[in-house]
Amino acid sequence: MSHAELVCPAGTPAALRTAVDAGADAVYCGFQNATNARNFPGLNFTPDELAVAVLYAHGKGTKVLLALNTYPPAGKFDLWRQAADLGARLGVDAFIVADMGVADYIARAHPQARLHLSVQAAASTPEAIRYYCAHFGVKRVVLPRILTIPEIRQIRKEIPCEIETFIFGNHGLMVEGRCSLTNYLTGQSTNMDGVCSPASDVEYVRDADGAMSSRLAGFTIDRFGPDEMAGYPTICKGRYTAPHRPEEYYAFEEPVSLNLSRLLPELIGAGVHAFKIEGRQRSKSYVRGVVAAFRQAVDDIRAGHAANIADLLALTEGQKQTQGAFETKKWR
Amino acid sequence: MTKLTLGPIAYHWSADKRRDFYARIADEAPVDEVYLGEVICSKRAPFHEGDLPTTIERLERAGKVVVLSSLAEVMLKRERMATSDLAAMDHPEIEINNAAGLYARGQRPHRIGPFMNAYNEATIMWMAGQGATHICLPPELPAEAIAIAARSARALGLGVEVQVFGRLSLAVSARCYHARAHRRTKDSCQFVCADDPDGMPLRTRDDMPILRVNGIQTQSESYVDLVPDAGRLVADGVTHLRIMPQEVDMVGVTRLIRAVLAGQLPVAEAGVRLQELCAGRQFSNGFYHGQAGYRRIANATLAP
Repeated sequence: MSHAELVCPAGTPAALRTAVDAGADAVYCGFQNATNARNFPGLNFTPDELAVAVLYAHGKGTKVLLALNTYPPAGKFDLWRQAADLGARLGVDAFIVADMGVADYIARAHPQARLHLSVQAAASTPEAIRYYCAHFGVKRVVLPRILTIPEIRQIRKEIPCEIETFIFGNHGLMVEGRCSLTNYLTGQSTNMDGVCSPASDVEYVRDADGAMSSRLAGFTIDRFGPDEMAGYPTICKGRYTAPHRPEEYYAFEEPVSLNLSRLLPELIGAGVHAFKIEGRQRSKSYVRGVVAAFRQAVDDIRAGHAANIADLLALTEGQKQTQGAFETKKWR
Repeated sequence: MTKLTLGPIAYHWSADKRRDFYARIADEAPVDEVYLGEVICSKRAPFHEGDLPTTIERLERAGKVVVLSSLAEVMLKRERMATSDLAAMDHPEIEINNAAGLYARGQRPHRIGPFMNAYNEATIMWMAGQGATHICLPPELPAEAIAIAARSARALGLGVEVQVFGRLSLAVSARCYHARAHRRTKDSCQFVCADDPDGMPLRTRDDMPILRVNGIQTQSESYVDLVPDAGRLVADGVTHLRIMPQEVDMVGVTRLIRAVLAGQLPVAEAGVRLQELCAGRQFSNGFYHGQAGYRRIANATLAP
């Protein structure tokens, strides 16, 4: 059986301590700049905070994974180089990378460092994964959220590294690392700046008919009736019209949350080594609840018991949930 | 001498339409290089791949360099096979759009496609060391980064390409949004994407055009137009300017851009004529100026 390591979000030093205390095997975090894919205001770590966090986590036997998973635009590569050097000096346990230049730099400058391939690298076949393993010594791949369990099981047989999959949280629809939708509307890039549908460009506008429009950079991403709860204007979760769909529809995906707790035993059986919980932007109490519930579920499964997943389902009560692409390829 | 290239057709145009299109391109379009092949959806390939040998021959006879482009998204067995088959070819040149293709190609010469995320000098240097001869930069790179990337690529002897015309690829997905719009799935799509030869328009709920759907790909509503910036791109080291096939008079478009490059057509006049050729389309250049991609920024310098 795989280790079924729980990899938990740490958006802030407080969230990191919370996740460690709640039983995370590893936490992932980033610096307060464009070098990571959740470069949101109020999130992430200063170098000093990361130094303290590494000591705290290591003291409790928890690993710290540093996300350097954006794509440096030409001329700004030094920022990523400095972040990698700093991470190495502070003793992080692995770097999560996407850009080949960043991977190559760390592999050469810090040959002892462990590299994880970010979901932002969009490696979804054994061949693509083997490319990164062969050239940069990647030890683990975070799989895109587009594969079914039989496909994951097959990939596991054909690659020389560990597999990490997302199990819970916000569910991205586009191939990550290949999406410029936010930049098209706002001028801030997901790949280069670590930004997705930035809060600074969001406004909620009450229309004359009582409906609420949620807008991103002036574009109406969705409208909600007086009785509906207005959702956040994420471009790939908005409602639009098309020639065959004169009534607005979710052109890409409904605003659902990924919850694979029911599939945990199958994923473990498929050889998944680590499970990632999304949510570096989430509150401490959210992190505590989700991490503790998954800790219990994984421990139960590893002990040969059926996991009680009622707590996990309750975490998303009132929200729409999906098992996404994992269960059936009809999702596609 | 700056090369004009015609990118791969992004849409599900019929085999007949493609044959006619490439016959006209061979005879009448002043482009130097033509990219062929299915980049977006592996289900479409059987409709037109049988014509590839004759199309290649036709274009090469007309003096064009032909390059075969690989799939951007590789998941299924048939997609892995198609990618490794392409990577095994000696002729024509190939452009790789997925790391699976890089793995299969090894150190043999190849071009790097726009889906490969060659954003910076370190990545370009890595790719050059692995046999890349040519890099097509991601469309969201701003001018300053293009200049730095192009300089480092040129120093390594690589060709450098930037898209200057057509809809921008903004995202790809495992899900087919064309099928979804028709309440189908990717496996049962019945090729509804063929109905939208210039992409399926999405409009916001206050009726603003915003994006285009092309199967698993999401494109910009606007056509990028960097024709007024061609002079600066070339001065900054870009060697190839890519024109993407759209549902407009593409011979007219390529002739117009060639005339601008040759100094035979003032940029201002070219802008007016391009708008005429692309009636009803919006143009944008925001990414080049480091702003929201949909924006159209007035150019300070109009001389090429």
